[in-house]
Amino acid sequence: MVDVMHGVPESRPADESDDVELYHPHSWITKYVFSQDAKIIAIQYSTVALAIGLVALVLSWLMRLQLGFPGVFSFIDPDRYYQFITMHGMIMVVYLLTALFLGGFGNYLIPLMLGARDMVFPYVNMLSFWIYFLAVLVLLTGFFLPGGPTGAGWTLYPPQAILANTPGQQWGIVVMLVSLILFIIGFTMGGLNYVVTVLQGRAKGMTLMRMPLTIWGIFTATVMALLAFPALFVGAVMMLLDRLIGTSFFMPAIVAMGERLAHKGGSPILFQHLFWFFGHPEVYIVALPAFGIVSDLISTHARKNIFGYRMMVWALVAIGALSFVVWAHHMYVSGMHPAFGFFFATTTLIIAIPTAIKVYNWVLTLWQGDIHFTVPMLFALGFIVTFLNGGLTGLFLGNVVVDVPLSDTMFVVAHFHMVMGVAPILVIFGAIYHWYPKVTGRMLDDRLGKLHFWVTFLGAYLIFFPMHYIGLMGVPRRYHEIGAMSFVPPSAATLNEFITVVALIVGAAQLAFVFNLIWSLKQGRPAGGNPWRATTLEWQTPQTPPAHGNWGKTLPVVYRWAYDYSVPGAAEDFLPQNQPPDPRTA
Amino acid sequence: MGIAVVLALVVIGSVVFHFLSPWWWTPIASNWRYIDDTIIITFWITGVVFAAVVLFMAYCVFRFRHREGNRAAYEPENKRLEWWLAIGTGVGVAAMLAPGLVVWHRFVTVPTDATVVEVIGQQWQWAYRLPGADGRLGAADVAQITAENPLGVDPKDPHGQDDIVIQGDNLHLQLGKPVKMLLRAIDVVHDFYVPEFRAKMDMIPGSVTYYWFTPTRDGTFDVLCAELCGTGHTFMRGNVVVEPESQYQAWLQQQKTFAQLQGPTRTQAKN
Ligand code: HEM
Ligand SMILES: [Cu+2]
Ligand SMILES: [Cu+2]
Repeated sequence: MVDVMHGVPESRPADESDDVELYHPHSWITKYVFSQDAKIIAIQYSTVALAIGLVALVLSWLMRLQLGFPGVFSFIDPDRYYQFITMHGMIMVVYLLTALFLGGFGNYLIPLMLGARDMVFPYVNMLSFWIYFLAVLVLLTGFFLPGGPTGAGWTLYPPQAILANTPGQQWGIVVMLVSLILFIIGFTMGGLNYVVTVLQGRAKGMTLMRMPLTIWGIFTATVMALLAFPALFVGAVMMLLDRLIGTSFFMPAIVAMGERLAHKGGSPILFQHLFWFFGHPEVYIVALPAFGIVSDLISTHARKNIFGYRMMVWALVAIGALSFVVWAHHMYVSGMHPAFGFFFATTTLIIAIPTAIKVYNWVLTLWQGDIHFTVPMLFALGFIVTFLNGGLTGLFLGNVVVDVPLSDTMFVVAHFHMVMGVAPILVIFGAIYHWYPKVTGRMLDDRLGKLHFWVTFLGAYLIFFPMHYIGLMGVPRRYHEIGAMSFVPPSAATLNEFITVVALIVGAAQLAFVFNLIWSLKQGRPAGGNPWRATTLEWQTPQTPPAHGNWGKTLPVVYRWAYDYSVPGAAEDFLPQNQPPDPRTA
Repeated sequence: MGIAVVLALVVIGSVVFHFLSPWWWTPIASNWRYIDDTIIITFWITGVVFAAVVLFMAYCVFRFRHREGNRAAYEPENKRLEWWLAIGTGVGVAAMLAPGLVVWHRFVTVPTDATVVEVIGQQWQWAYRLPGADGRLGAADVAQITAENPLGVDPKDPHGQDDIVIQGDNLHLQLGKPVKMLLRAIDVVHDFYVPEFRAKMDMIPGSVTYYWFTPTRDGTFDVLCAELCGTGHTFMRGNVVVEPESQYQAWLQQQKTFAQLQGPTRTQAKN
């Protein structure tokens, strides 16, 4: 234990440690636009991700309007509905969550929390953002090209994704695939950077087992993303070839609408394997950074060390590794060989164990804490509830035979929104309230923050909890309306209206959040350097917001783990990681 | 403080909703009661865990809220507790997985006396083919598809001539007789789904997939498509009628065979 928490690093004065030579911007353009400073890049990533996320939010209102009041909004015809769900799903998962957690939080926090001056490869880091930005623009062109964006579902299953009866078959699917390819290229540049920085750029004394869990989460997720995205990359390239030059990677012989197509010999199910080999890890790519960040939020705002730090680290790593052997649980009813069901159900349910350990440890961190109900803490508590709920319904869907009636129903939609939609988003909000003071030097407004929390948390629960039961009745997902189904009671329409109304209210609350972000930039209460009295290094910078190079003349030296809260005998209830051991007690 | 109450209300509200709301699965009409049973087991285990964890959280939040002069405890680890929790979770997981795998084994083991029904999905309609008097389906392939032969039955395969072809009409099934649904698609992926049967499986162009069940309740049930298949996905509906043997046989007598359906076109061609 001792090695994790305390102890002097092989003593070397800080100013003798190997310092990297920093790149220095010379003009406004290189300082704020084509910047190589990870902090600026982080803000750029976050702004673009949040902006595109607002588009996805508006799309969800339109979808909900159609589902709650079918027939009233006649411009939402089936084609548009499918385009909306596709763009909504893909934007939320890839362009918002992945980009924000890794490109946004990763860039901001990795150098600062590890005591580095910047990322190891700042130039590549800059390219990473601009390619991501290009990917977003290419994605958005879909809305303006003839035929509109693709409506193939975010899973893009061929053959329908590239055939005429799916909206966006002309250009939408092409720009979607090109955009994904660009995103992956951009991400790979950033991702290699994050990994190398974590491995090579840490300050003296910052051993791996002293890193804050935020960094462990982002690091593990990045490694996973580097391994998982290539599967999507090849899938996208092959589908693009099928669509543009008529190859048959995923296209068997087909007669569509009475017409025999030129394709022959391809395998639609091969695409599903490639997609989910990426897609399942992707779920954890957005979950693990959330796990890490929420651990630090809970610990800081409960003034207590995270419970079971080592178990938490191993659970992260175990989840990351296991998540590569469970992908076919998305394909239980795909018609793959039935024997796979035994294997994938077993691996899937095994993941529940390290995941449950994480939940226990968050809750046990609250036990005997000194809990401050700050806005970040509220969001963290909300996360535990929604993540637990969504994780538990995962045990239904992972248990192969239970998935047979439930798969492709609204139960699945409810499940994944809880676990990978609402839960990570709540962490993102908590994290923004937590780190905004460091990024801008000002606090976000507390009362607006609490309002934002209550409406978002309770609203999201009211949207998605009852939705499970619509799916349990048997209503499939990706349906433009329930229509006449003999087994669905008329009262289900009332429930759907209710869900829609709540969704609109939750959406409106997000506007309050955006307002808060902008308003507090100038009007917020000055934060000081360490408003939460936190231990981790980013709160110990000489300036707030941290200046270029982060640390002034000398790099920090780390003497303890990230969780020295309420240490018995210490004067304060927190000991920063760079505070040397007290000569009297050490 | 308020949050502790809200957390408790979330648990109570969820449990009340679960038991009192009118939205629940439709009564089953197949032998897959085991699936429903496994879902019930899973509801109980996960429900108890959800309630226990959130209520414990509510208690912590209430009991350990910040007050002037409070200080948190310092307890980095508790190996024993962590291992016990992990083992307990393992047991709970096994209690769900074991029955799940047993039932999955049954689900994928087709009884030898099952009759065969072929379902063909195409945008956006269902068609069916039943083996005729010889009890065997003839070969079929998209390469054989023509306007007159939309299912692509191989006209040279003698087993195919007596196959019963149902297009634009409901499928009928015999009550109490196990059936193996052979699933085929000729354009994109579809999924033959009847909520009352608790079973579904994608149908993939280029291959044949299957599942089996025994209809246990007579009536008319909705057929839905459960895999996004383009603009008309929502409206790809049909019905399946489950009826006792005598009625089923009467229906069967009225259906046309592949040869009968091809007949008129051939005679026309000769004229
Ligand atoms: C209040 C917020 C949200 C609302 C009201 C909402 C609503 C919806 C609706 C109505 C659908 C279509 C369901 C269907 O017909 O199958 C959908 C699909 C989806 N949503 Fe959300 N959503 C929200 C937030 C999110 C978030 C944060 C994520 C991030 C993971 C997300 C990811 C997805 C995905 C992946 C799909 C599936 C798209 C597809 O079927 O291809 N959503 N959402
Ligand atoms: Cu998965
Ligand atoms: Cu369909």
